Amino acid sequence: MEWAKDNIRANAIAPGLILTPLAKTVSDFHRWNPYVTGTSVLGLKYKDGIILAADMGGSYGSTLRYKSVERLKPIGKHTILGASGEISDFQEILRYLDELIIYDLMWDDGNSLGPKEVHSYLNRVMYNRRNKFNPLWNSLVVGGVKNGQKYLGMVGMIGTHYEDNHVATGFGNHLARPIMRAEWHEDMSFEDAVKLLEKCLLVLLYRDRSAINKFQIAKITKDGVTISEPYALKTFWGFSAFQNPSKGAEGSW
Amino acid sequence: MAKVMADAPQKGGFSFDLCRRNEMLVKKGIQLPGFRKTGTTIVGLIFLDGVILGADTRATEGPIVADKNCEKIHYMAPNIYCCGAGTAADTEAVTDMVSSQLQLHRYSTGRESRVVTALTLLKSHLFSYQGYVSAALVLGGVDVTGPHLHTVYPHGSTDTLPFATMGSGSLAAMAVFESKYKEGLTREEGIQLVCEAICSGIFNDLGSGSNVDVCVITKGKTEYLRNHQLPNPRTYISKRGYSFAKGHTEVLSTKIIPLKVVEVAEADAMEE
Repeated sequence: MEWAKDNIRANAIAPGLILTPLAKTVSDFHRWNPYVTGTSVLGLKYKDGIILAADMGGSYGSTLRYKSVERLKPIGKHTILGASGEISDFQEILRYLDELIIYDLMWDDGNSLGPKEVHSYLNRVMYNRRNKFNPLWNSLVVGGVKNGQKYLGMVGMIGTHYEDNHVATGFGNHLARPIMRAEWHEDMSFEDAVKLLEKCLLVLLYRDRSAINKFQIAKITKDGVTISEPYALKTFWGFSAFQNPSKGAEGSW
Repeated sequence: MAKVMADAPQKGGFSFDLCRRNEMLVKKGIQLPGFRKTGTTIVGLIFLDGVILGADTRATEGPIVADKNCEKIHYMAPNIYCCGAGTAADTEAVTDMVSSQLQLHRYSTGRESRVVTALTLLKSHLFSYQGYVSAALVLGGVDVTGPHLHTVYPHGSTDTLPFATMGSGSLAAMAVFESKYKEGLTREEGIQLVCEAICSGIFNDLGSGSNVDVCVITKGKTEYLRNHQLPNPRTYISKRGYSFAKGHTEVLSTKIIPLKVVEVAEADAMEE
């Protein structure tokens, strides 16, 4: 049972992952570590379509290496894709989708791939890679509008996928989803949707160490895709308790 | 354990005697026993007149809910209360212990207890046990120097904050606080915000659930609002009720076996 011993060593590399006899050695798992990563992506449905938000940071471990990474991209005419996790894997996924879209366009039959199809394709890709012990280390948010129908879904790196009115990846699941669950409602206007997203982005900025204050918002309606210019949110640090926190309680801060 | 001289006082704190042996065992492949984290959402905030503490009421044992309506807001002094997350036994024991120490201190000084006293007693106890006493606390109270709110971590570090959350549901509750907290809240606004934060933990975190407990501490007055909100009522209650009168169950057959009377000889009392 050599692979049982490998399990203990593999646990040191990537805690919680279990090896089976299919993987012969621990060195098969050089692909288990992400290097340059993006943090949460948020998405929600509103009256006219879908709106996604993400910051523009690419962290290299605990260093903030890249500050202008575009993690929201349009796919074809009907979809936008947002990714968190390994940036190089995201770029690879964009190449696969490029090939897919071009192949579809070459048919020239008036039909085009919609968000449901893109979501299904990505789900298959992610699941199959995971089965070969070579996952694409991403959590993807797929949103779009086709024939008046809005669609918003998520695919994880092990192939978990679902569809909902509001989604988030990574830390967004813990910090943003509770706010979205309390405040999202059907047919929000664009301004309300942006306000809700900005509320969530601000909490993430305060409480996620890999978040930076430079965001992009992407919206897709039946008229097409718009990805905003990068912008920053206003933060508030003026609590009186922050002025002299250890007054009366030496040793705390 | 190291041998202790009969007349030397027992020093408290974590004993490092077995650490080398434990390390050797881990290297050989033995798995150390894990610690059960009881899921919780506990919060505290400072408002205009004092401090408001809040907690959910679910105690978990792994995937099972052990207690649907436990009390996580512990009494420390008439003007100081403490919410506890982590291992339930640890939080109970440590708050009980410091509460007794505070009372003795009050008798000795003849004054109302101060929050920093409770804070220092808690942090020095937890530090001396190097994080093995798994108690994460939100300590709040009002004393002569004003309202105070602190968080205490299992390793013994503390923070002084205007609003704080701890436990597995802390992220859900913190999301609510970060987006809605402002200084100078009134009593009603403060209670409303605390309830919202706890409900966020209850509905978005699997380790938290059931009801909302709130404790409002102001100068000279403390209100412990046990089960202030019950957002998880029982949805289906059988209208027929649960009484089963005689005749409800059909008797198919009856067999009566008389028990033989057994003679018990009186034995002599045990000789020591």
